[in-house]
Amino acid sequence: MSDDPLHQEIILDHYRNPRGRGLRAPFEVQVHHVNPTCGDEIDLRVHLTKDADGRVVVSDVSYDGQGCSISQASASVLAEQIVGLSLGDALMVQQGFSELMQSRGTLTPDEDLLGDGIAFAGVSKYPARVKCALLAWMAWRDAVSQAVDSVVEGKTSE
Amino acid sequence: MNAVAPLDVARIREDFPILRRHVRGKPLIYLDSGATSQKPLAVLDAEREFYLTCNAAVHRGAHALAEEATDAYESARARIAAFVGAHAHEIVFTRNATEAINLLAYAFSNSTDKARNAASLPDGAERFVLRPGDEIVVTEMEHHANLVPWQEVCAKTGATLRWIGLTDEGRLDLSDLSVITERTKVVSFVHQSNILGTINPVATIAAAARAVGALVILDACQSVPHMPVDVADLDVDAIMWSGHKMLGPNGIGCLWAKESVLAAMPPFISGGSMIETVTMESSTYAPPPQRFEAGTPMTAQAIGLAAAADYLTALGMDRVHHHEEMLTVAMLDGLGSIDGVKIIGPGVGQRGSAVSFVVDGVHPHDVGHILDSRGVAVRVGHHCAWPTVRRMGVPATTRATPYIYNDLEDIDALVEGVIAARDFYWGSR
Ligand SMILES: Cc1ncc(COP(=O)(O)O)c(C=O)c1O
Repeated sequence: MSDDPLHQEIILDHYRNPRGRGLRAPFEVQVHHVNPTCGDEIDLRVHLTKDADGRVVVSDVSYDGQGCSISQASASVLAEQIVGLSLGDALMVQQGFSELMQSRGTLTPDEDLLGDGIAFAGVSKYPARVKCALLAWMAWRDAVSQAVDSVVEGKTSE
Repeated sequence: MNAVAPLDVARIREDFPILRRHVRGKPLIYLDSGATSQKPLAVLDAEREFYLTCNAAVHRGAHALAEEATDAYESARARIAAFVGAHAHEIVFTRNATEAINLLAYAFSNSTDKARNAASLPDGAERFVLRPGDEIVVTEMEHHANLVPWQEVCAKTGATLRWIGLTDEGRLDLSDLSVITERTKVVSFVHQSNILGTINPVATIAAAARAVGALVILDACQSVPHMPVDVADLDVDAIMWSGHKMLGPNGIGCLWAKESVLAAMPPFISGGSMIETVTMESSTYAPPPQRFEAGTPMTAQAIGLAAAADYLTALGMDRVHHHEEMLTVAMLDGLGSIDGVKIIGPGVGQRGSAVSFVVDGVHPHDVGHILDSRGVAVRVGHHCAWPTVRRMGVPATTRATPYIYNDLEDIDALVEGVIAARDFYWGSR
């Protein structure tokens, strides 16, 4: 967890009341990621659409999985932060979160970019937990890179 | 009545300076010896002394230092052999237990390959040649180190992997011994499970394996460090264990196998030091154990491990075992009586000191994290026995594994930490 009680509360809140949990249709791609050192697992689906201006938008991220409070809460934060953003903006958030997690506690997180993701700043001091925090984000990154092709070609599972 | 004198833990702890450390601002309470043990000064001193006084390449060269280094290395082998009641020439040094299991697994796949090519094999190698229809038997409580290598052997040779299942309590389902049949060529199983703590009935399984002429292999990683083990009593063909779990250095493991078994095996890793004669066309190989120790060996590690064996012998392995039994009873009692905690593995009796548990509604990672913040080091996850945790119906466990330097106060700290973790996550639920 985090050393900061406020951050602790945020993580616990996402853990107990996960946002956007449960697998939904429509989606283009579903991925399954595991953390082989501890067995945490996540199934994650992405749904991308094109808006009127032709921009690719993250219309939905849905997920299901099992794991510790960190891995589950970070999946919830991901869904909360990223759904509704353009893919470009969403990738910026993902990159910001990855950098924060790799910072070993040296970065001051950007709340405008990461929202509740800032609560994980303290987790980055615990290398063993960084993989937990990144599980959903790596899964999302993987799903998105597969989904981009199909959204361009207009293939979506209902 | 038990006449075994208790260990003087306070005295022992003086030999382990690392245990004076603080972590996360709290005194370190190390309960992860099942993953790796801490090392006493005697082991570190033995390694340093070797480098300071007689470092040279062993079994190569005829100068004085090389002779002394070779003597030190071979004397280490003899002391380590004596620790498990074996002859020195039946002990092969490897990098760790994983490599030792692979050495045996490759004896099967290499013999099979060579037989197919009509290449030369040692006398007796026929029992290592596998054909489709042959079977390898393991159990559902194996560390990945004693599972994955056999899956590989099956993929290479066409043999089939079978396994003995578990009861809900976490013991081998012995009504399932019908998996050992005339087709079985090898039975390889764990002595003490690293995750459930179960101590398996070696004699029963070995007898079933012997009755069909199968080779019997015992993974002794969690038994040799913790209880008296004598290969003469075990009636198995081979055992292996890692030095780093028994106070020894990293980078050394041991394989013990009967002389006749070692002699029948083709080499695993090949190169220098393991040959008899070499021509441009082909080579012949040294007798065991040299046949299986290609390249410059890990000399200082062997010497350090022998010092660890001496240290444990001086304490007395029966006392070590007795001490751990006391800690195990305290853990099973203390953890088992916490509301919301479930022990994953059997209760007292025929079990060792590896105690796994889950806390209702709290993921093991989170339990481990709270314990860590209190200075208590335990392991969380699937403990390299993924099929085992799956069989026990949990995603992962928290595991405490004490050793000679832990006392009842450490167990109290564990129990208090688990209660704190539970309360933190249960919160106002
Ligand atoms: C029962 C068991 N078998 C095999 C191993 C593998 O040992 P190592 O990783 O030292 O090769 C371990 C420990 O990790 C173990 O506990």
